[in-house]
Amino acid sequence: MIRALHRWPGLLALVLVTILSLSGAALSVFPAAERLAAPQAETELTVATLADRIQLVYPGVEQIRRSPSGQITAYWFDQGTPGAAVIDPATGEGVASADPNQVERWITNLHRSLFLGDGGRIAMAAGAAAMLVLSLSGAALVARRTGGWRHWFAPLRGPLAGRLHVEIARIAVVGLLLSSTTALWMTASTFDLLPDGGAPPAFPAEVSNETGVALDRLAGLSEIPVADLRELSFPYPGDTTDVFTLKTDRGTGYLDQGDGALLAWADLTGWERVSETIYMLHTGQGAAVLGLVLGLMALGVPAMGATGVLIWLAGRRARPRIRGNQPAGRAGTILLVGSEGGSTWGFAATLHAALTQAGQSVHVGPMSGFAPERYTRAERIILLAATYGDGAAPASAKGFLDRLNAFDRVPDMPIAVLGFGDRSFPAFCAFAKDVAAAAQAKGWPELLPLETVDRQSPQDFARWGRALGDALRIDLELSHQPVLPKTETLTLVSRRDYGAEVQAPTAILRFALPRVTLWQRLVGAGFARFEAGDLIGVLPEGSAVPRLYSLASARCDGFIEIVVKKHPGGLCSGQLTALEPGDTVTAFLRRNPGFRPGPSRAPLILIGAGTGIGPLAGFVRGNTRRRPIHLFFGMRHPKSDFFYGEELPAWQDEERLVRLVMAVSRVEHPHYVQDALRDDAAQVTRLIRDGARVMVCGGREMAAGVADTLAEILAPAGLTPAVLKAEGRYVEDVY
Amino acid sequence: MKSLLATLALTTALTLPSLAMARPVTLTATLNNYGGDGAYLALYVTDTSGAYVGSLWMAGGKSKYYEHLTDWYRATGGDTAQVNGITGASIGAGRTLEITLDLADALFDAGYTLHIDAAVEDMRDSPNEVAVPLTTDGAGTSVPGRRYVASFAYDM
Repeated sequence: MIRALHRWPGLLALVLVTILSLSGAALSVFPAAERLAAPQAETELTVATLADRIQLVYPGVEQIRRSPSGQITAYWFDQGTPGAAVIDPATGEGVASADPNQVERWITNLHRSLFLGDGGRIAMAAGAAAMLVLSLSGAALVARRTGGWRHWFAPLRGPLAGRLHVEIARIAVVGLLLSSTTALWMTASTFDLLPDGGAPPAFPAEVSNETGVALDRLAGLSEIPVADLRELSFPYPGDTTDVFTLKTDRGTGYLDQGDGALLAWADLTGWERVSETIYMLHTGQGAAVLGLVLGLMALGVPAMGATGVLIWLAGRRARPRIRGNQPAGRAGTILLVGSEGGSTWGFAATLHAALTQAGQSVHVGPMSGFAPERYTRAERIILLAATYGDGAAPASAKGFLDRLNAFDRVPDMPIAVLGFGDRSFPAFCAFAKDVAAAAQAKGWPELLPLETVDRQSPQDFARWGRALGDALRIDLELSHQPVLPKTETLTLVSRRDYGAEVQAPTAILRFALPRVTLWQRLVGAGFARFEAGDLIGVLPEGSAVPRLYSLASARCDGFIEIVVKKHPGGLCSGQLTALEPGDTVTAFLRRNPGFRPGPSRAPLILIGAGTGIGPLAGFVRGNTRRRPIHLFFGMRHPKSDFFYGEELPAWQDEERLVRLVMAVSRVEHPHYVQDALRDDAAQVTRLIRDGARVMVCGGREMAAGVADTLAEILAPAGLTPAVLKAEGRYVEDVY
Repeated sequence: MKSLLATLALTTALTLPSLAMARPVTLTATLNNYGGDGAYLALYVTDTSGAYVGSLWMAGGKSKYYEHLTDWYRATGGDTAQVNGITGASIGAGRTLEITLDLADALFDAGYTLHIDAAVEDMRDSPNEVAVPLTTDGAGTSVPGRRYVASFAYDM
């Protein structure tokens, strides 16, 4: 609901809010420029002295105005010819033209009405209203994504467009809320929808009928500082019934031109003050710095528009059409999807197609549409559930848990839950786990135990598919291709072999950089830009499902390096470890922004075992800034699988690596990285307490063991891996 | 064609002769190129003593800006009822306002003066931009305004 409230106003009003924000940002410069350019009056200067100075230079002066920027303008008639100028209060002389700035006028009219009069004003007000709705719904989405209002500035993970969108939004939203509400107020005021402000005092019926009072004898004029002045109008020459009109920050009054007496006075009403404040907040006139800040924030709108459209398109592209979807009442298998961005629908489509091909009748729908009473012929229910942010239900699964918990009796047909998530999030697959736990608590029979798919991994999905096939006694091969990026051909330049002695043949493979097009270089696409820890997807011959490997090198190293262990019967690892220099593979780059050391100078604790050392070695190699890195390296035996054994001592000499701790498992007294951490508990705790960042790479069991060990080590210090994860100081890359 | 007569009869204490004694008068005001947004113009009539008699036309629809038509505002207290039904759009720089009204014969050659107050956003207010006596002889004679009005004339 909130997402729809965000998406549709955003798409519909995109052009309007873009024009509003760009023109608004441009307009924000003028008050600041005027403030800088306007000759300012000395603080003790009174209105009487100023008026005197001006009248000396321009005897026909008719009106003196002071704008909120401090700029003083005088209007006069000189022998019937009207004149006006910006005045230097020190001399009373004109120093600049008082004509309106034509550029500012043009942009103002674009901003407020698209040059279309009242119709345009209403359209722009609609744009402001859209901006308000977008700000409010967007703020709710950010809070949901980060796990609550208190985590407003929590670090973000996920695809670049989405992160940029939120990064800009959570700063700019304050300004956009202010600008859009004040805009609506001002429009309402323009169309007389708000009560009038006060009225000036009634014009005096009785005046002295004299003229020629000296300006310094006008009541109060010698006391009022120029800073309080808004407007002083002189009486018509020769009209004895006319008066001086004075407007200040406090109100409006009439002064007699014969004896200088105050004839009438009206204070500004509270309502007028509110209106003026709103005008100032919107235009920045009288608050130039605020205006500039609001203008800068408004500049975020086009960027958010562009990234917003990208997010929407990615979601659409990821959500395929499901062909031959069966009605819920006739399907044997009910497939329910809980998806936020839409990518889980792609998996559902693949599963639907494979099951349909295997002769099943399948209904696919959102989890929010869960209605067991309609599943009259269903034999099983399969849930594909992503997680939103900090464990919340994704958009298409809203209300599922409430509905499930409300049932007295759960359906008889068994259920299988497959969670989709990203291990770099602390709440990995949390919603799927909640659903599985709720189903179990209700005594719902289980078709398959809960499984998870990390970062849309086709392998994870295919593995689960085989388990599902076994349970259904059908042959089920799920080859899901989440829209593959453009692939490149990589040529092997060198290989180093390890591990044959410990029955774990492993190779460090180094590929040449592929040729990068100018466009890729400009936008940083493909292999034009990558860091150690990013992933490459290798497409083995004979399979359309890519296998992901962590990169051990960055673009600036000049090569692409991965560490590959040959798995018995492994299609891709078999092909890769058989490559000879000159051979080629097909691969694409996938960014992994969640697994980066980051720009901080805080110490790094890198923990890896086996091939997991690859990206960690890449971080050490790239550590030219000599950030203190502590590497915990689990291996079988130093003589067989000490990857990067040649480079690591040299990196230590160059201070790219402070300390290398090895844990060796194939010896008389096996030692794992967990043990090494425990041995080093005091220092690890100290480092983490002082802000160190922990990065873990390797097999799932190793990572779980490391997390348990760290929990144990850090408990006395009152820290947990979960807290560190939430702070973005504990990241894992697990396979 | 708007009937001013009723308005005048309603808003002034002035006793007008019978309604039949009225004639169509065309008011034409051409603005100069002052380089600003559309101008607000208030056209109204005062009597021999300079007292406000009634409004003829208000060019400009947003009443919150009327206070910048200083003399008119002072005379009427900003009462929008004075211009009910005789309000039009503001007039752009270089453009012409042309309206035809039924004016009572009694307004002519009787010491009445037609005034125009003008105001433009972010520019000077120009009360009494134009002040011409209403006379049958003066009809068709063009007079310039003080700041915004290049020429004004009333034709019978």
